[in-house]
Amino acid sequence: MNTDTKPSARTTDKAAARPDAQVVFRNLDFYYGRHHALKSINLDVYRRHVTAFIGPSGCGKSTLLRTMNRMYDLYPEQRATGELLLEGKNILDRDVDISLLRAEVGMVFQKPTPFPMSIYENIAFGVRLHERLSKTDMDERVTWALQKAALWEETKDKLSQSGMRLSGGQQQRLCIARAIAVRPKVLLLDEPTSALDPISTMHIEELVSELKAEFTIAIVTHNMQQAARISDYTAYMYIGEMVEFGLTDQIFVEPREKQTKDYITGRFG
Amino acid sequence: MDLREKRRIINKIALGLSLLAMLFGLFWLAWVLFTTLRLGVAGLSLSLFTQMTPPPGAGESGGLLNAIAGSLVMIVLAVALGTPLGVLAGIYLAEYGKHTWLGRVTHFVNGVLLSAPSIIVGLFVYAVYVARTGNFSATAGVFSLALIVLPVVVATSENMLRLVPDALREAAFALGAPRHVMILKVTLRASLSGVMTGILLAIARIAGETAPLLFTALSNQFWSLDLNKPMANLPVTIFKFAMSPFKNWQEIAWAGVFLITLGILALNIVARVFFRDQHK
Ligand SMILES: Nc1ncnc2c1ncn2[C@@H]1O[C@H](COP(=O)(O)OP(=O)(O)O)[C@@H](O)[C@H]1O
Ligand SMILES: [Mg+2]
Repeated sequence: MNTDTKPSARTTDKAAARPDAQVVFRNLDFYYGRHHALKSINLDVYRRHVTAFIGPSGCGKSTLLRTMNRMYDLYPEQRATGELLLEGKNILDRDVDISLLRAEVGMVFQKPTPFPMSIYENIAFGVRLHERLSKTDMDERVTWALQKAALWEETKDKLSQSGMRLSGGQQQRLCIARAIAVRPKVLLLDEPTSALDPISTMHIEELVSELKAEFTIAIVTHNMQQAARISDYTAYMYIGEMVEFGLTDQIFVEPREKQTKDYITGRFG
Repeated sequence: MDLREKRRIINKIALGLSLLAMLFGLFWLAWVLFTTLRLGVAGLSLSLFTQMTPPPGAGESGGLLNAIAGSLVMIVLAVALGTPLGVLAGIYLAEYGKHTWLGRVTHFVNGVLLSAPSIIVGLFVYAVYVARTGNFSATAGVFSLALIVLPVVVATSENMLRLVPDALREAAFALGAPRHVMILKVTLRASLSGVMTGILLAIARIAGETAPLLFTALSNQFWSLDLNKPMANLPVTIFKFAMSPFKNWQEIAWAGVFLITLGILALNIVARVFFRDQHK
């Protein structure tokens, strides 16, 4: 990332996708009924990098994440307009195969959400939706996902035990394993550590840094240090607008906008 | 007297009053159970399970075999009919129709059905089925019992499914699951114990229903498993026998009451244990 890291929040003109921009927002607006929650968002999310979304609560971070896998489709009164390109294809198009999209864009939520089934089944659940695997291949996939999520050592002897019996931090790693088992391209993490203790948080942070070798990661966090620690790029949002976007080092050391600076230094938020 | 002292006294009074209220309720319950036990156990004998309901008159021995069998047959059929429909409707209400007009109306109507007196259900089946076919029948009894099972199962299934946090639904959707897979594999599984509890409680509810059977299955002095004929059953037999002046009938009636009470108690305990175990 040597050259141009200007905030794409303002580059609405040419909007030529950078070579490694995997997800591109172009003038994306989002509405909850009549409430205008995202206002003309322009942004590039880079392949195999971690992009952190920060900003005061209610500014639209979750909303932004939920456009990338069209989670909002579940609710009839929510809609998005503009363009949202995943590898060049506009995923807001009506003819997009939602199931396929969600196989490519995985998501992990704030509160751990293990399914009421065994650890093994929790992971196989998503895989079965998209692939037919033999028993050995499935075993291999489950093992792989658990290893990737740094949960293998703790669970290898109790794969048939209910996923709900794990600790909070383990449950969240199970959810990460479940998401990556489908082998998505993009991983959306919405405040994945805000319900966890410091040790579990540290585990997940380490995990994120490792996972970016294979996945593009978009993470929402209200923890400034966390954003600084684990992300390559940071986007600062405020009441539905993308105020500033850039390299994390730059945003945290010399933010261009006063607003960003105030937020980061804790003067408001 | 300082504030703290005052609070302590008020607390004591409130506690005392609620204890009294509880004792008042328990007293009647205990009395009912005790009477059932005293008079029911007296009538208990092996012949209860091996002989048919007897004709009136002293010295005539008999049992409840046909009534027990009839009750079991009708309950099983009513549950087999009402449960799948009820669970499906509950799924619709909780998972599909939450925000729809049809969903709201159905939810409301189900509430009405839930609180409808069972005698009205019996009369309804009498009017639309018994009067048309021209005779009382077990089928009519099954229909009326199913109509009582239905709203109970709908309501519990809906409520239990609604207790499943939306986050779990979204998590399944986020993996690309279609709605029916999400329901079958995630929300239904998460609420299974609750739904099962609802079914058990519905069975307990119809086990003692007399009014709807009085107008439909009526009763039968003899052994019959023909669904197109009247069928013996415990509640109507008890009703008939208990109202009679015959000593042998009255004894059998008490024994029947005891059996039903025992059955319902067992169902409630099973439901509790089931629900508790799943929620640990
Ligand atoms: N389901 C919803 N219906 C209506 N408004 C919503 C809904 N979810 C979020 N909002 C509103 O959209 C805005 C952005 O919310 P959100 O994306 O959840 O913020 P953040 O994740 O940054 O805290 C807020 O003003 C919030 O009140
Ligand atoms: Mg949020």
